[in-house]
Amino acid sequence: MSVNYGSKRVVVGAHYGLRDWLAQRVTAALMVLFTLIVLAQVLLTSGEIGYDKWAGIFSAQWMKALTFSVFIALAYHVWVGMRDVWMDYIKPVGIRLVLQVFTLVWLLSCLGWAIQVLWRL
Amino acid sequence: MTELAKKRPEFRNINALTDLPTYRLPAAGIVSILHRISGVVMFLLLPFVVWLFDTSVSSEISFARFTAAFNVGIGFVPGVLIKLVALALIWAYLHHIVAGIRHLYMDMCHAVTKEFGKSSAVFTLVVSLGLTAALGAKLFGLY
Repeated sequence: MSVNYGSKRVVVGAHYGLRDWLAQRVTAALMVLFTLIVLAQVLLTSGEIGYDKWAGIFSAQWMKALTFSVFIALAYHVWVGMRDVWMDYIKPVGIRLVLQVFTLVWLLSCLGWAIQVLWRL
Repeated sequence: MTELAKKRPEFRNINALTDLPTYRLPAAGIVSILHRISGVVMFLLLPFVVWLFDTSVSSEISFARFTAAFNVGIGFVPGVLIKLVALALIWAYLHHIVAGIRHLYMDMCHAVTKEFGKSSAVFTLVVSLGLTAALGAKLFGLY
């Protein structure tokens, strides 16, 4: 076997265990629940949905708190998924690390923007 | 055991363009690779999604810009392109959520028979493509 420790340790970026696997499923379930809650509010609204009714859905305090949690769950979920994609297809450690860092910056930028939009509602 | 591990052969002559398309995937395999592709598509379109959220909820004025983007386009981007990207998002979301629920169901119920794998994969494709067609027709104003 080739040496895989110390300075020869292969960088993969995975946590070899249950945590990420479970986190991906729990965050997925949360997002399904969120989808149903938004969908229910859209479908139960009577009449044409304009700006007031659409923004009204997200401006309730409980909905803001839930949406905030879902944004974070989404970012975590996508991080696990994209990391798996890079680990499967990108073998050179340097390129993989660059792509993983890009993924994190991309996700955190979107997350910050989305939270800003949500919290000024 | 270490002898075997040492001699394990590696096949690195798989050409993505000439070999992969010749593989005949079962329905579950198609659902699996589409789950991955739809996930990557949504990852790449995430800034567009946040932009949609931003313009649609921030103010009356931004909401008007949001609807105008679909109807007449925004900047140099025509409305029909916005609609096509939105349609791609709709498909990606629907496929990912149905295939994801299939995964969760299999995890919870230990439903891992060959028959269930196939029938649930066909179900996933029918539901996600059917709903995409229905919502796409609505998006492009067919009804």
